[in-house]
Parts: sequence; C-alpha cells; structure tokens
Amino acid sequence: MTDLIERHDIESSDDHGDHGVSHHDHHGPSGLLKWLTSTDHKVIGINYTVTSVLMLILGGALAEIIRAQLVSPTSTLVSFAQYNQLFTMHGSIMIYLFAGPFAFAGLANYMVPLQIGAPDMAFPRLNALSYWLYLGGTISMVLGFFATGGPAAFGWVGYAPLTSAVNAPGVGPDLWIGALMLTGFSAIFSGVNLVATIFYLRAPGMTLFRMPIFTWNMLVTGLLILLAFPVLTAALVMLYCDRHFGTHIFEVQGGGVPILWQHMFWFWGHPEVYILALPFFGMVSEVIPVFSKKPMFGYKGMVFATMTIAALSLGVWAHHMFTTGAVLLPFFSIMSLLIAVPTGIKIFNWIGTMWKGQVEYTSSMLFAIGFVITFLIGGITGIYLASPPLDFFTHDTYFVVAHFHSVVMALVIGAMAGIYFWGPKITGYKLHEGWGKAQFWFLFIGTQVFTFPGYWLGLKGMARRMAVYPNNPSWQTLNDWSTIGAIMIGISTLFFIINLLVSWRKPIPAGDNPWDANALEWFTTSPPPHHNFLSLPPVRSERPTWDYYHPEHPALGHGDHVSGHAEQKVSN
Amino acid sequence: MLKQESYILIAFGIFAGIIGAVYWFWGHEDSGGVMLVGAILLGLMPGLYYYYWYRRSGGQRPEDRPDATVADGAGTVDAFPSTSIWPFVLGSGCFFFVLALVFGIWLLVPGLSLVLAAFIGATAESRRGGSV
Ligand code: HEM
Ligand SMILES: [Cu+2]
Repeated sequence: MTDLIERHDIESSDDHGDHGVSHHDHHGPSGLLKWLTSTDHKVIGINYTVTSVLMLILGGALAEIIRAQLVSPTSTLVSFAQYNQLFTMHGSIMIYLFAGPFAFAGLANYMVPLQIGAPDMAFPRLNALSYWLYLGGTISMVLGFFATGGPAAFGWVGYAPLTSAVNAPGVGPDLWIGALMLTGFSAIFSGVNLVATIFYLRAPGMTLFRMPIFTWNMLVTGLLILLAFPVLTAALVMLYCDRHFGTHIFEVQGGGVPILWQHMFWFWGHPEVYILALPFFGMVSEVIPVFSKKPMFGYKGMVFATMTIAALSLGVWAHHMFTTGAVLLPFFSIMSLLIAVPTGIKIFNWIGTMWKGQVEYTSSMLFAIGFVITFLIGGITGIYLASPPLDFFTHDTYFVVAHFHSVVMALVIGAMAGIYFWGPKITGYKLHEGWGKAQFWFLFIGTQVFTFPGYWLGLKGMARRMAVYPNNPSWQTLNDWSTIGAIMIGISTLFFIINLLVSWRKPIPAGDNPWDANALEWFTTSPPPHHNFLSLPPVRSERPTWDYYHPEHPALGHGDHVSGHAEQKVSN
Repeated sequence: MLKQESYILIAFGIFAGIIGAVYWFWGHEDSGGVMLVGAILLGLMPGLYYYYWYRRSGGQRPEDRPDATVADGAGTVDAFPSTSIWPFVLGSGCFFFVLALVFGIWLLVPGLSLVLAAFIGATAESRRGGSV
C-alpha cells in the first residue's frame, strides 16, 4: 500500500488546537500482520526501543552475575570459562544490541521525522528492513547461550588470535560473528535513512541551522555510521574467511597480521563511541532548555562541537592500542586530547543553558543533569587514558573498566532522560514522577558507587577480565562496594519497570505539549497520527512550537536565528 | 538546493584528507591509511555530487529558505509506503543466510528463496504503487 503525501492538506493552522482532530483513516492489515508489515517510522522506533531496552535488562542481568562473582577473592559462583563468556556476552549485548540501536534507531527513528516536520523516514521499507536485520542479529547473539560449547568468550572486541578456529571452535563464536554482520548492515541502513531524511524531508523554512540539536546530532551520527560500520563488517567477513575458508588474514601462521584486526576494529570502535554518545548529547540538549525555560545557550557552538567531535573521532582509533607498541603514540595522543575541547564546549553550553534559568527538576531533567555529571567523570578519566604514559600504567585494569562504565552508564541515564521526556509524546501519557525520581537517585548514586571503586582498584593493579584475585584479598572491600553499586543500579531498573506498570494502570494524560517544549514533534498530537502532521506552524527559529504558542515573543522573520534568539528571550 | 549539505560533506572529506596526509607521512602505516582514504571518499563523493546539483539547479528549496511559508512548500512531498511485507521477508532471508554461515550450507535454500521472493515482491509492489 502506498500513500501520496501532499503538503497542501497540511495547511498552516491559525487557531490553537484544531490540529489532530480527524485521524487518517487506514484500511491496512491488522493484528500480527500489521506489526510485520508496518513501515511507519513510529512503529519501527518503538520496536527498536523495546527490543533494545530488553537487551539492556539482559546485559544488566549478566553484569549482576559478574559482580556477584567478584564479591570475594576466591568465589566459585561461575567457572573461569563461564566468566569469560559472561563478560563477552555482557559487553557484546550492551554495545551491539542495546546502546547503538537504542541511540540511533530507537527514539531517533521516532523523533527525527517529527522534529523536522516529515511524514516518515525517507526510505520506510529500508527502515523496516533495518529493524528485522537487527532483530535477526539479536536472536543470533542470544542463540549463542544455547550453543554447544557456549557463546563467544573472546571479549567484546574479539581480538585475534583469540578468535581463530583453533582458539575459539564451535558455533558460539560464529553466531557472534553473524549477529554482528546483521546488526552492522542494519546500522548502515539506519545511517542512510537518517542522512537522507534530514537532507530531503525538512519542513518549509527549516533550514539546517534551525534544526533541533537532537536532529543535528542524528545527522552527524548517521554520517559516522556510514564511515565506521562498513569497516567493522568487512573485518567480520575477513574473520569468517580465516575461520572457515583457510585464509590467514589475521593469523601469523600463513603470513597474516593479527594487529590488522585491532586497527579495523577500532577504526569502527572509536567512532562507535560517538555514534553511541552523540544521540544522547542530542537528547539532553532537548531536555535541558525545555526545563530551564530558556533557549539553548550557544546553539551554533553546539552544532560546531558536534561536527568537530565527529571529525576528530576519525583520527583517534589507536588510543586503544597504545600498549601494542606498534602505533604512532604522539599522533593518537594529540588527536584524542583535542576531542576534550569540543566536548568541553558542550558541557559549558549545557551549564550555560541552566544558568539563571527557571530550572524545573522533573525526572527527565534530573536524568539529563545526571548524564552531564556522569559523562563528565568518564570524559575526564578518558583524558588521563589519552596520555600514553598514564595509559601504559592503567591499560587493561579496572581503571579502564571504570572509565568506560562512567561513559556508558551516562548513556543509560541519558536514555532515561529521553524516555521520560518523549514517552508522553509516544504514548499520550506521562510516567509517574515519584517513581521516576526514585529511579533516578538509585541509578545515579548506584552508578558512582559502582564505578569509583573501579578507578581505585585499577590504580592498585587489578586487571580486568579476572574471575578471581586470590593473591590480593585486600581488594575485596572495594569490590564489594562496587557490587553494592551494581545492585543499586539493578534496583533502579526494578523501579523503572514498576513505573511503567503503575503509569499503565493509573494513566496521567499528557496532552500534545505537556512540557511547553520547543521542537515540531510537540506540535502534533500524542501519539501522532499516521504520517505525523495534519498541520504545520511556520518555522522561524529553532523552536517553532514554542514560537507558535508564545506569539508575544515573535521570532525574527529573517534568517539569522541567533539574533532571533536575542529578541525572543523568554525568562529573565 | 543542498548547498550547505554539500559543504558539510566536502568539509568532512577535506578534514579526513588532512588527517590522512599527516598520518600517512608521519606513521607510514597502511591499514589506517587505506581506511582514511575511504573516509575522504565518503565525504567527497556525495559532497561533490550534491555540489554539482546545487550548481546545476541553483534554486533553493523551501527548506533552504529562512522566510519560506508553509504554502511555499505546498505540493506533493512524496509517495510513502504505508505497509509492506517485503522488508520482513528480506530480513528473514538474511537471517537464514547467517544461520547458513553457522549451521550449514543447506540453510541457504530457505535463505535464498526468501531473498529472491522479497526482490520480486518489492519490485512488483513499487511498480503497482508508483514511486516508492
Ligand atoms: C548494571 C550496570 C553494569 C554493571 C554492573 C557492569 C559491570 C561490568 C563489569 C564488572 C565488567 C568487567 C568484567 C571483567 O573485565 O572482568 C564489565 C565489562 C564491560 N561492560 Fe559492563 N556493566 C554495566 C553496564 C554496562 C553498560 C550499560 C555497557 C554498555 C553500554 C557495558 C559495557 C561493557 C563492556 C563493553 C565491557 C567489556 C567486556 C569485555 O571485557 O570484553 N556495561 N561490565
Ligand atoms: Cu576510543
């Protein structure tokens, strides 16, 4: 079935609230077939969000087992082999199946077309294919648990030669490779869709420099996906050939180069860090201005910072390989340190937005602030690691584990900011604030209690990927604190589930624009009708919905939104 | 039309070129060099293509003009599919491909059948439904 979208039936409406009365009538398939055949970006976005959050819960459950094993120096809860499988599957599920898909295909899929006034993604069927590939990848990865010989156990980075047919026999590792191929293609298609949608389907008047920051970040994320993921997929094909077709690309015997895997993996892997992070930067950049009742401080600086981060992330991959002794240390060190500059600009702008604003501490805002703080901790410890002398000392210790968990847990906190902020748009109902705040405090404090002992343990010399530490019983106290933090994080997840149930049983209707927000998604109904908009407001700044509902602060009628900003200053 | 868009991509390609040049002449390392050439192409190929179209058509789309009104954007946006089973069929086919890589070549039979069915089905669907 095809719908021809004509813009003149989306006429500019003059009086408030008349949009969204008559829903597009649709005679399509129903039930399961409706779900299988949907190419609506909103359905696909929800599919992605739900699947990836389930993967977050699964990955989190594995993490709790890891932390339970580490409570005593000689614990025997799991065997050494099982421990290897646990951290491998934990890392793989979290990175490949939760963080990435949630970030660039979940809420983004739902919100980007809405934010730019588009009826759908540019290639709706490709978008649906992305999801099915991702689901296939998820199933392959999880099938690994049922494989004879167990799932992959060579770490989420799959370094050669651990992945060779001799060292990692069996179907578990092949399922891991297959899962990554499927999710890799799915990511590439999402990237294509994001870029094409943002280039071609913006509403009239929505110039690039009036796009919401979230949409900007998704554009840059899409470009980074196109840069990085093909390299990973190529490396996986090469790895598969090594394992099954007798090539020796990554194997020393036969003339291959194991370190080539590391180059290719991290050429994807570091940009991947920003593919994960930029969407969440974007989310909190939507949340913070709305709950500070101010426009974004330094809009152009924010866009510039996003682009700089993405561009620099091209030249930093081997900071993960300092200790191989085979990479250009000064080059990668300087490039990595430079990334701190645009990241600092972002932190500065978020604080500047809150500064002297009328900050309203909703759950969403708390999560956004929690994101900024936690990401800052991860970023600062990253600066240490970018310096080779310090990295030689801390490489492969718990310092590194703590560093990247500050970063990824910041992403989890940012994800919650997005869910509490946009949930009302997606469902039409708000989540409960009380449970939301309880969840926030457990998640936020739990994260710090979980990571801080890690930094310390790392400096004491505790290596990562060790199931026991019998020679260093004094490390137990710090490990136990870390486990307490992990349990708090687990409890916060429980609060989240309770909140979903409570909000479902006792719904709080949200209305179309519950937060008096800025971007176009708040102009249509909650949830939006099929193909999104029955009417569009004129776009005269980067906050068209806010302008529409606040005619007393007219945005300038001409191009420069920065001066427009100055004149539409709201509060104080 | 697509002017700023093309500038972003070209700037990205040039930046990758600078990094690539420094890396290559300083580090003499092949794999990174090759991948950075890929990055240059990723920026320049679509960027120059867009630039070419911008120079040829010159005009501005309503979404490029800060003063465009909703009426300026009137007309057909595009035809959008509202439902289609073929992405699911194609996705399942790819899933069987991967299972074939893992469990044995015979799984290519369902894999290939599904992929072919999806190619034919989706093409026919596009014909029927206009430009999808
Ligand atoms: C409940 C929260 C979490 C806890 C308690 C936790 C715990 C851990 C621990 C203890 C390790 C180290 C295992 C070892 O080296 O022996 C680890 C590794 C890892 N975690 Fe987490 N984690 C959590 C959340 C996350 C999230 C949200 C992500 C990513 C989005 C993530 C990604 C990883 C990765 C990539 C590794 C490395 C695996 C490897 O060494 O191959 N974790 N986690
Ligand atoms: Cu990195």
